[in-house]
Amino acid sequence: MSPKKQEKLPMDIGAVIKEPGSSIKNKTGSWRSLRPEVNRDQCIKCGICWQFCPDMSIKMDKKDGTAVIDYDYCKGCGICAMQCPVKCIKMVKEEK
Amino acid sequence: MPEEENKKEIKSNEKLIAGMPEEELIASGHRACAGCGSVLAVRHAIKAAGKNTIVVAATGCMEVVTSPYPQTAWKVPWIHSLFENAAAVASGIATALKKQGSDTNVLVLVGDGGTFDIGLQALSGAVERNHDFCYVCYDNEAYMNTGIQRSGATPQHAATTTSPAGKLIHGKVEWKKNMPFIIAGHSENVYVATANIAFPIDFYKKVKKGIEHKGPAYIQVYTPCVPGWKIPSNITIELAKLAYKSKTTPLYEIENGVLKFTQKPENPIPVDRYLLLQGRFKHLNKIEIAEIQKHIDDTWNKLLRLEETEVRI
Repeated sequence: MSPKKQEKLPMDIGAVIKEPGSSIKNKTGSWRSLRPEVNRDQCIKCGICWQFCPDMSIKMDKKDGTAVIDYDYCKGCGICAMQCPVKCIKMVKEEK
Repeated sequence: MPEEENKKEIKSNEKLIAGMPEEELIASGHRACAGCGSVLAVRHAIKAAGKNTIVVAATGCMEVVTSPYPQTAWKVPWIHSLFENAAAVASGIATALKKQGSDTNVLVLVGDGGTFDIGLQALSGAVERNHDFCYVCYDNEAYMNTGIQRSGATPQHAATTTSPAGKLIHGKVEWKKNMPFIIAGHSENVYVATANIAFPIDFYKKVKKGIEHKGPAYIQVYTPCVPGWKIPSNITIELAKLAYKSKTTPLYEIENGVLKFTQKPENPIPVDRYLLLQGRFKHLNKIEIAEIQKHIDDTWNKLLRLEETEVRI
């Protein structure tokens, strides 16, 4: 590595990363081509979608316990819609 | 924004959702593919191990996607050294913690390549020396991170880039290594279990048991891979369920050398329903499917006999 590049990206010994959970800076929601939409009236608050989300982007609402999707990180894989026992999550095409 | 509010509000550590603690110890924003099964395994394993844990990783998908410098998805101490020596690093950490009288857990998260092939020597040594750690192997049945090369965990007839389905061979020639039995063969003090990502509570309990177990624990969790198995991203869990129903992934524990099933499918299905959903098996002919079915049935019957007779492995 040239000295110039070293200045740009200073590295600690052992390439230690000191900020835990800093990957949240990387908004993976932009990968999505299908977006899940929850019908919160039909949601039975079972938590199955939460359990099976590989991106930790489903939260159970603290007030009414229904599923809320964090579109900043949801990659739109569709597992939640597939696994929902009452089929209250629909995958909708992402459009601008 | 309501989502932002929720994020702030939901912070209680004790709350359980569907039988698991709500707090995440791995953050969003990791670079795993959409629908990745291995991330789910890692997520539930670290949930089970808890905050007071040091994670050791070998090279593999879960190392690459969670730690592109200068970011990390981990909220617990995490160390990566090499592909082959995760178990050796864990041995050192476990010994140091023992010397300090610390109660911190050591959780090792390695893929099938780093367990079945490259890391086997270090793992064997660590189990033989009886270090206190919990080793979780997320088994996606090939070297997915480097571009789907066959590993010791790839099942027979599965097409990978180094065992393609062509005229000379029809996918991988050899059968999958029986890794849980190899580890169980080391000593009676090792806790061995198999799990499936479609049954997260079962997996969660097994990791908890492995962490609490005094001595080495080995848990092999079956995790479908979207690009490697050539499946749509939304059927990851569905496929894992079919694997369980078709007896492809038996769920058992080996404690003190005695094998015990943790659950069995009520109505087993023929294996082709599981196989033909995947691109890596689409070349299969009827003879090969029958061969796979026979292998699965034989393995299953052998496991049943072992459970029945309680013979020590």
